[in-house]
Amino acid sequence: MNEHDQERIEQLLKKSLPPIRARVGAELGRGLWPAMLRRLEERPTAVPWFDWALLAAVAAWLVLFPGAIPVLLYHL
Amino acid sequence: MVEPPSEVLRQFCHGSLDAFEALFRRHQGEVYGWIVGIVRDPAAAEDLTVETFWRIYRAHARFDPARSFGAWARRIATNAALDHLKAARPETDLLDELVAPRLPEPGISDELRRKTAQAFRRLPPKLQVAATLALIEEQPYKEIAEALGISTGAVKVRVFRALRFLRKALKQQGIEP
Repeated sequence: MNEHDQERIEQLLKKSLPPIRARVGAELGRGLWPAMLRRLEERPTAVPWFDWALLAAVAAWLVLFPGAIPVLLYHL
Repeated sequence: MVEPPSEVLRQFCHGSLDAFEALFRRHQGEVYGWIVGIVRDPAAAEDLTVETFWRIYRAHARFDPARSFGAWARRIATNAALDHLKAARPETDLLDELVAPRLPEPGISDELRRKTAQAFRRLPPKLQVAATLALIEEQPYKEIAEALGISTGAVKVRVFRALRFLRKALKQQGIEP
């Protein structure tokens, strides 16, 4: 594709899809903060995978060594 | 974008919701404008603006207050917009008609305009975003490069490839641009 072809396709593209940002971007009349707050509230904080792994390890330990339960309770 | 005071940025880094709200209110218009330029759908752009700030809020601890918040926000917004384009591509064919009903353009038929727009939306999203920002929205290459996390040279390559794809797609429909 030579420079002339490139220029023609650019022009065709600009005529087919005019810029939208300057016009619509300025029309954001309503604030989005209420929607943002809803989003922050609806998403519970994800528990990191490491915490789940630790919980599973402790559960396995207690199943395998039930005698450790009093020791664990003492240290809580 | 006008950068917020560094104290607000520091508080944001420490997870302050008040600082986040101040940043949100200051930057929501710019972020929305950037996204709507990419996805060309005002309703989707509103949702993506919220999604972008959600990602920003989650990543607050990783933000370096010495750097530009606006550039960081644009990068996250671009990723959110790219994810949207990858997920919902074929449904956006007629959005431009809904958003911007146009007067007849001299030298171009409605059919050619429609086919060009359709072919453009079928480009790989990464090429489409680069070409949209560079050629349609006429954003500076440096800003586009920062938003995409690539060099300005790589942006130019993507734009060139987008035009080449577009030319090929139009030729396949019997249109010689």
